[in-house]
Amino acid sequence: MAGPAAASSSDTFDAAVVIEIAEGLRGLDGPLLPILHAVNDRLGHVDQRAVPLIADILNLSRAEVHGVVGFYHDFRRAPAGRHRVQVCRAEACQAMGGEALASRLEQVFGVPFGQTTVDGRVTLEAVYCLGNCALSPAAMIDGEPVGRATVARIVEGVAR
Amino acid sequence: MIRVFVPGDAAALSVGAEAVAAAIAAEAAARGIAVTFVRTGSRGLFWLEPLVEVDRPGGRVGYGPVTAAEVRSLFDAGFLDGGAHARALGRVEDIPYLARQQRVTFARCGIVDPASLADYEAHGGLKGLRAALAMDPAAIVAAVTESGLRGRGGAGFPTGIKWRTVLEAAGPRKYIVCNADEGDSGTYADRMLLEGDPFLLVEGMAIAGLAVGAGKGFVYIRSEYPHAFRRMQAAIETARAAGLLGPDILGSGRAFEMEARLGAGAYICGEETSLLESLEGRRGQIRFKPPLPAISGLFGRPTVINNLITLATVPAILADGAAAYRDVGTGRSRGTMPIQLAGNVRHGGLVERAFGLTLGEIVEEFGGGTATGRPVRAVQVGGPLGAYWPTDLFDVPFEYEAFAARGGMIGHGGIVVFDDTVDLARQARFAFQFCAIESCGKCTPCRIGAVRGAETMDKIIAGQDRDANLTLVRDLCEVMRDGSLCALGGLTPMPVVSALDHFPEDFDRPAQACAAD
Ligand SMILES: Cc1cc2nc3c(=O)[nH]c(=O)nc-3n(C[C@H](O)[C@H](O)[C@H](O)COP(=O)(O)O)c2cc1C
Ligand code: SF4
Ligand code: FES
Repeated sequence: MAGPAAASSSDTFDAAVVIEIAEGLRGLDGPLLPILHAVNDRLGHVDQRAVPLIADILNLSRAEVHGVVGFYHDFRRAPAGRHRVQVCRAEACQAMGGEALASRLEQVFGVPFGQTTVDGRVTLEAVYCLGNCALSPAAMIDGEPVGRATVARIVEGVAR
Repeated sequence: MIRVFVPGDAAALSVGAEAVAAAIAAEAAARGIAVTFVRTGSRGLFWLEPLVEVDRPGGRVGYGPVTAAEVRSLFDAGFLDGGAHARALGRVEDIPYLARQQRVTFARCGIVDPASLADYEAHGGLKGLRAALAMDPAAIVAAVTESGLRGRGGAGFPTGIKWRTVLEAAGPRKYIVCNADEGDSGTYADRMLLEGDPFLLVEGMAIAGLAVGAGKGFVYIRSEYPHAFRRMQAAIETARAAGLLGPDILGSGRAFEMEARLGAGAYICGEETSLLESLEGRRGQIRFKPPLPAISGLFGRPTVINNLITLATVPAILADGAAAYRDVGTGRSRGTMPIQLAGNVRHGGLVERAFGLTLGEIVEEFGGGTATGRPVRAVQVGGPLGAYWPTDLFDVPFEYEAFAARGGMIGHGGIVVFDDTVDLARQARFAFQFCAIESCGKCTPCRIGAVRGAETMDKIIAGQDRDANLTLVRDLCEVMRDGSLCALGGLTPMPVVSALDHFPEDFDRPAQACAAD
């Protein structure tokens, strides 16, 4: 989660890594979410090709694994940008101009929420509360929190 | 050596605490002064973050909010000896916002080093667990029942009754599950404790395990809280290494194990049955009740599922006695509540007080009005499913029944303040939209109704057939309230209807383009 995700240009799928992760975590009670998190973190996304491998190791149907990947907002089906910018769009942040901030960020990065800039630098994501509601509007860049967020501070954050 | 306290809490970090700590370290080194850093959690006075504290004979003195650029001037002013400075706040305990609180659950948060079990114990930690180890399970459950503690996650269900059900349920294997999903906007108390006093949760869960005969606990932490998750994982490892967890808790011969698990970005996984599905590795869809989780919960076993604050309050109840806790509060709302002030508020932060302060006292006396300096127009209490209230209702005391009687709820204790620029029609639209985004999809009133609700609100905002569409929204709200399987669909009408009832003028404005998304 923290740290830059893999670049969008390269194909980050690696069957051996998926198998190693799934074999390593299968002994947990309810191992599927920890496995998907680990794959998502290590490879930048949960590739379609990872699904049958994980299903086999956990003795689940592909449909079950697929259904879980699709249900949760965190598991991405395609690689993300090098920087993940999460912007809170929930009520406390709305009360402090969070929506104006959100639409200016769409302009600055030139993509709507949920998408990655063409140069693969930034993925813009909407989140609903980061638990930093007393210092709203709030954002998170590559897992690092930004309170009283402004366009300038976010642009500076992804320039690093 | 002088001890300097700088929060490592995510909110403090979000406004530069790391840079401040680095600047203090560099400046101290340049001046040849030896300082020891303690990276605490936050005291919860967020407008003062980063709040730097220095150990002084009379107690810690504070400076805040401090920027890295101001650090040199702090040294010049002799802040390590409590010197005067524009950022000086005096003794932290005397800051009125803090001095007027009754901290029980948050007694140590922002004070102790959250990485140190020794510090935890030195500040009164583990007393509750030691007391519990000397009691039989029924006596622990009785103490929790007598304290009057109700679940702090939202519904306010009596904790003692839940625990008794699990204690009496047959089965060789039982579980404790801590709900640290904290998805409500305006709430951050769970996050603060995870980051600022994680051993308190370990202690509370171990006590719950002893009380009901459960050998294993899971903490389900939302993925939006990466710092909290890492802190909790570290605390569990430290606790295990110290024999606080494992086969022989504190040498008692009793066993309790714990694991932290990460959610994956789904608000609905805060609902208890959905959370259990998620822990088991499935889509977070709601389970029909009955059976209650207390009878058939995680992996089909009897399970206590409680909110983090609920579990973290239990150690104090066992350490100081049920009566001490029960004796504060009002009506059937006993003890203290960590209230979280957020949004457009001057003094956003955590206020732990006995139930019974009025909403107005909280927003005005603690919160100090809005951050923008404009008049307060609305507050939303209890998260995205809570009601929007006008200032006319500021005389309502903060407690479960009084809020319910006026068509609201206190939920997890979050209060979001809005100034007079808020448009309640847009907020009502957002309530539907949020429900549409986060619906688990199991039942039609919620899955479809929320989408229709947002569409209808668009028409109202655009000035299209207003009266007919307002009637439609109210009908839809009735269907969602009565026909939804869980409270996501069932309570989405609360923000919508409260906005309609208390702010009708916002639904009758000249037509405007909808920019809400
Ligand atoms: C949609 C929805 C979201 C919820 N989110 C949370 C949450 O984030 N944290 C929480 O403790 N309880 C949440 N709850 C309440 C839980 O279902 C459950 O009542 C609670 O965890 C029980 O613990 P308690 O008795 O200690 O409050 C939510 C309920 C609903 C319907
Ligand atoms: S009300 Fe919504 S979230 Fe709850 S069970 Fe129905 S569809 Fe799922
Ligand atoms: S509402 Fe934005 S951080 Fe909580």
